[in-house]
Amino acid sequence: MEDDAPVIYGLEFQARALTAQTAETDAIRFLVGTQSLKFDNQIHIIDFDDENNMINKSVLLHDAGEIWHISGSPADKAVLTTCYNKTSESRVLTCAAVWRMPPEWESGSHESPDDSSNNPQTLELLCHLDNSAHGSMACVLWEPMGDGKRVISLAENHVLLWDLQESSAKATISSSATLEGKGQLKFTAGKWSPHHNCTQLATANDTAIRGWDLRSMSQIYCIENAHGQLVRDLDFNPNKQYYLASCGDDCKVKFWDVRHISEPVKCLEEHSHWVWSVRYNHSHDQLLLTASSDSRVILSNMVSISSEPFGHLVDDDDLSDPEENQQEAKGKEPLQDSIISTYEEHEDSVYAVEWSAADPWLFASLSYDGRLVINRVPRALKYRILL
Amino acid sequence: MSSATTPPDSDPAQRRRVHSMLKLYYGLNEEGKATEQAESLDPCDINGPHFDPEIYLNKLRKECSLTELMDHESCMVKQIRSLDSDMQTLVYENYNKFISATDTIRKMKNDFKKMEDEMDCLSANMAAITEFSARISGTLQDQHAQITKLSGVHTLLRKLQFLFELPARLNKCLELQAYAQAVSSHRRARCVLQQYSHMPSFRGIQDDCHVIMEQLAQQLRQKFRDGGSSAKDLSECVELLLQLDEPAEELCDKFLSHAQSRLEADLQGLEAELKDSAVTDTGAGSVQKTSPGSNPVSPSSSVSNPFLSPAAGTDILEFIDRGCNEFVSNLCLVIASYQELFINRPQESELASKNIPEMANGKLHVFVDTLAARYFSLVERRIQEEKGVGDNSLLVRALDRFHRRLQAISKLLPGSAVPSQGTEIVVRAARERIKQYLSALQTFYHDSLTDVRQALAAPRLSVGGASASGGGALVGGASSKDAPPSLPELLTSLSNFILNQLKSVLASVHLFTAKDITFSNKPYFKGEFCSQGVREGLVVSFIKFICQSSRQYCESAGDRGGSTPPALLLLLSRLCLDYETSTISYILTLTDEQFLVQHHTPVTPVTALCAEAREAAQKLLNHYVKVQGLIISQMLRKSVETRDWVNTIEPRNVRAVMKRVVEDTTSIDVQVGLLYEEGVRKAHSSDSSKRTFSVYSSSRQQIRYAPSYTPSAPMDTNLLSNIHKLFSERIDIFSPVEFNKVSVLTGIIKISLKTFLECVRLRTFGRYGLQQIQVDCHYLQMYLWRFVSDENLVHFLLDEIVGSAAHRCLDPSPMEQSVIEVICERG
Repeated sequence: MEDDAPVIYGLEFQARALTAQTAETDAIRFLVGTQSLKFDNQIHIIDFDDENNMINKSVLLHDAGEIWHISGSPADKAVLTTCYNKTSESRVLTCAAVWRMPPEWESGSHESPDDSSNNPQTLELLCHLDNSAHGSMACVLWEPMGDGKRVISLAENHVLLWDLQESSAKATISSSATLEGKGQLKFTAGKWSPHHNCTQLATANDTAIRGWDLRSMSQIYCIENAHGQLVRDLDFNPNKQYYLASCGDDCKVKFWDVRHISEPVKCLEEHSHWVWSVRYNHSHDQLLLTASSDSRVILSNMVSISSEPFGHLVDDDDLSDPEENQQEAKGKEPLQDSIISTYEEHEDSVYAVEWSAADPWLFASLSYDGRLVINRVPRALKYRILL
Repeated sequence: MSSATTPPDSDPAQRRRVHSMLKLYYGLNEEGKATEQAESLDPCDINGPHFDPEIYLNKLRKECSLTELMDHESCMVKQIRSLDSDMQTLVYENYNKFISATDTIRKMKNDFKKMEDEMDCLSANMAAITEFSARISGTLQDQHAQITKLSGVHTLLRKLQFLFELPARLNKCLELQAYAQAVSSHRRARCVLQQYSHMPSFRGIQDDCHVIMEQLAQQLRQKFRDGGSSAKDLSECVELLLQLDEPAEELCDKFLSHAQSRLEADLQGLEAELKDSAVTDTGAGSVQKTSPGSNPVSPSSSVSNPFLSPAAGTDILEFIDRGCNEFVSNLCLVIASYQELFINRPQESELASKNIPEMANGKLHVFVDTLAARYFSLVERRIQEEKGVGDNSLLVRALDRFHRRLQAISKLLPGSAVPSQGTEIVVRAARERIKQYLSALQTFYHDSLTDVRQALAAPRLSVGGASASGGGALVGGASSKDAPPSLPELLTSLSNFILNQLKSVLASVHLFTAKDITFSNKPYFKGEFCSQGVREGLVVSFIKFICQSSRQYCESAGDRGGSTPPALLLLLSRLCLDYETSTISYILTLTDEQFLVQHHTPVTPVTALCAEAREAAQKLLNHYVKVQGLIISQMLRKSVETRDWVNTIEPRNVRAVMKRVVEDTTSIDVQVGLLYEEGVRKAHSSDSSKRTFSVYSSSRQQIRYAPSYTPSAPMDTNLLSNIHKLFSERIDIFSPVEFNKVSVLTGIIKISLKTFLECVRLRTFGRYGLQQIQVDCHYLQMYLWRFVSDENLVHFLLDEIVGSAAHRCLDPSPMEQSVIEVICERG
């Protein structure tokens, strides 16, 4: 059984945008958005057959432009958003839109895979997130675990909270905030926190990380100089509400406790170039993926700052006092913080990495040359965490 | 008759034989006789007793010829004749003697008769004399007895008179203050008075005496209490009081308390001085001492120099001197006189309890210990004030004196803990000293670095000035033309400074182990001080400190990058590398030699230190590369991000930022070249610029991205680029660099170009945007290859940039190669 061997899939185009289909909990499915200036861009739906170790793909046309960011609705697996470049004469603007996959794609692809590549179906546009007043969109974030009615988009220095109405056919701005001040204010990345009843957002601009309260649309914390250079990505620990991971151009991955923002809790420096993406595993938050333009993907085991101390069932008492819990865990911890493995299947810069929404032991990474690699957490470690 | 031929009297053997024969004749026994008999058993021996003339004659007749017989006969006759004459002479002599003896005997007979008469007369006279004498002694006996009795009475009377006069005499003594005499008088009388105290008259005397002596004792005590009297007086007092059966314990206490008050006055004097000096110490401005050398990096001015002796009122030597002269010598005096009074006195005062010496000794120890403790605390306070690390010799001399003087106490008071405590103080002072030196070195190092920073920040010849024409001419240009010192000068002066400072500190510390210093032969100073103190505590710690503080420059400056000037990083890196290669082992060897370190305890090996230094050097250099790479990256990034690449005009020039990049790279090259060696390049052709350029332009570029512009085959690009990547090695962008110029520059250029690539990939280009990138890359290609170890690396990254730009281009129509060349040549 070559279960741990990576599965590689090649796209014809260059690509940056990758997401797991969040609402799909049965099939292991990733969405990839391509970047091509001259051809019609596509969204590749990659289904991974875990048992046969095989990939099934379907292609949907996305003719609005090259895709810079993609994310799937947490409620409806057919709904997704993209940020795409719209090139009019002498002007390039990044827009965002909500799309629905045509209902037939699934059956169509299964019945005649050859046809699907020849006559790809087109995405159905639900609505535009009108950004003419705000500038280029950096990314669109769905409300985590929400009903698919609310999204946030980051456009230049604005945070826009949208309400999707009439089954996503209409989007209106319900509230917004603008970052003002000196220096580079353009948002580069953001993440909607799944904690605190989904009322918090973290954004990155230049070297700073900011937290926002969505009820008042005001800033609640700001980590100046979180990284030596540009911050590229953020992710919230899914199980520990104050913990946040960030990565950036200084090749570092930093972990923050947003209650004590003067110093990072921990700092990793394993990559030899910019780190473009950082992702916590959705259920085992000690597992952390990072992707870098040194063409490597690194899977780390951050036991010391995870919610799941080794050999310790997390019960209510423990949750009430995570600090002490951690220290206890450190005392008898045979598993140290460590790199589990470094994946070198990519030949070009890796801009995106995502855990599967369905299988917590599986993840995909995408490099600029269009290579998608699906990997698994090593079996030994998996059993060690589970048992 | 063997001796027939020799004359009889000339041979002593002959004579002896004659004598012996005579002796034999007269029956005188001789010891040798037996042997002689044994010799002459032969009947043919004519001299033997068993001689048989018949046998002899027969033998002769048988054995000898006629002539022989004749000879024999004549010889025999001759011998017989000589024997006869001998005999006659002897007889004559003896006869004479006999006659004279007879005469003498007759004369004696007459004399004895006369003597007998005289003796009779004498004995009669003697009898008469004896009789007379007996008579005389009989008459004189009475008178003699009387005289003896009288003389006895006389002495008794004298004694009595002494007793009766005693009170008056004592009074007089008291008046004259002749206490000693009074006491001795009283002592003589005391026993008698005691014995006859049952008689009223004597009792009166005794009472009188008692009163007087009481008074006297009072006076003595008074005198004893009055502080003013000299030690000698005092001891006399004590002696007298002891003789007066004053309790010894009380006296000891009094004596000691008296001494204590005086010694405490000394201590208070010292303490007052200590306070004074503390006041003046803080008040006094620092007197500048010229620091060695007057190099540009000299930390002399303005920076408060820790290597100054405190300009206090009294220096430590004076203080210790005073302490020794006043306190310690007084203490010694007290001890000596005390011992003389209470401990070492022969057991003459039997009355007092036997254990006085022990008791007194115990008291003395307690006394000395408490006072010494106070003294020590004062000394320690003073030593602690000795913060300045300028002139160590003063401190060492002071400590030496301190220690030496305490030896006197140890001689006086063998069991005392004082000297060992004193040694401990010295040891503590030495330890403290080492710490101070270490911190002084550290501040010195920091100050030096600050100076270096200032020197680096000072306006200087623009190194990268006219770099467009190439870097070659600049290498020579920047050095030593102007007032601000160049990097190598700064490096050498910095490292010399540190080394000199370290050496001077070592020399200072070395004073502690000088031969003429008394405490230098203590085991601590022989062993632990050298190895743990100086080597580990000072030298090794300092080297570690250098490495550590260097590493801190990397860490603290990590965020935002800008706080430490890159040149300083480079300089420090070189410094650490120099330390690794030579300086560390030099310093340690120097230390080991100077201090003759014998490593009883494990010490940090040279290799470990070297490894640490090398690690620091590596880290600094890596950081340097990162920082410099970041500076160039930022330029490139801004230039790519801020431009509107879709609507740009047709390129006419190389963008200024590219020129700036090349300039900066050149100046970095110069900067690194000042401190690091060239390093190795991979296969470098002499005219690399031209040649590779043509390859790059014609073959590779055409082949590589010509197909990608044809809309029909998007796969080919990927395929080609992937194939290309398969055969090229993965490039680690932020990888550790080697200690040479080429490697450093390669690192910086890699970082810069990779940034360029990533930025280009984030943008969309118009037709002219792509062409501008082409021009820029070509320009970079022309100038950057010379800096790196492997020019293919530059080619590869630049290809990648142009390729990515082409991909991101809306209207990919590349510029003619010849046009690009013309634009770039134009500069």
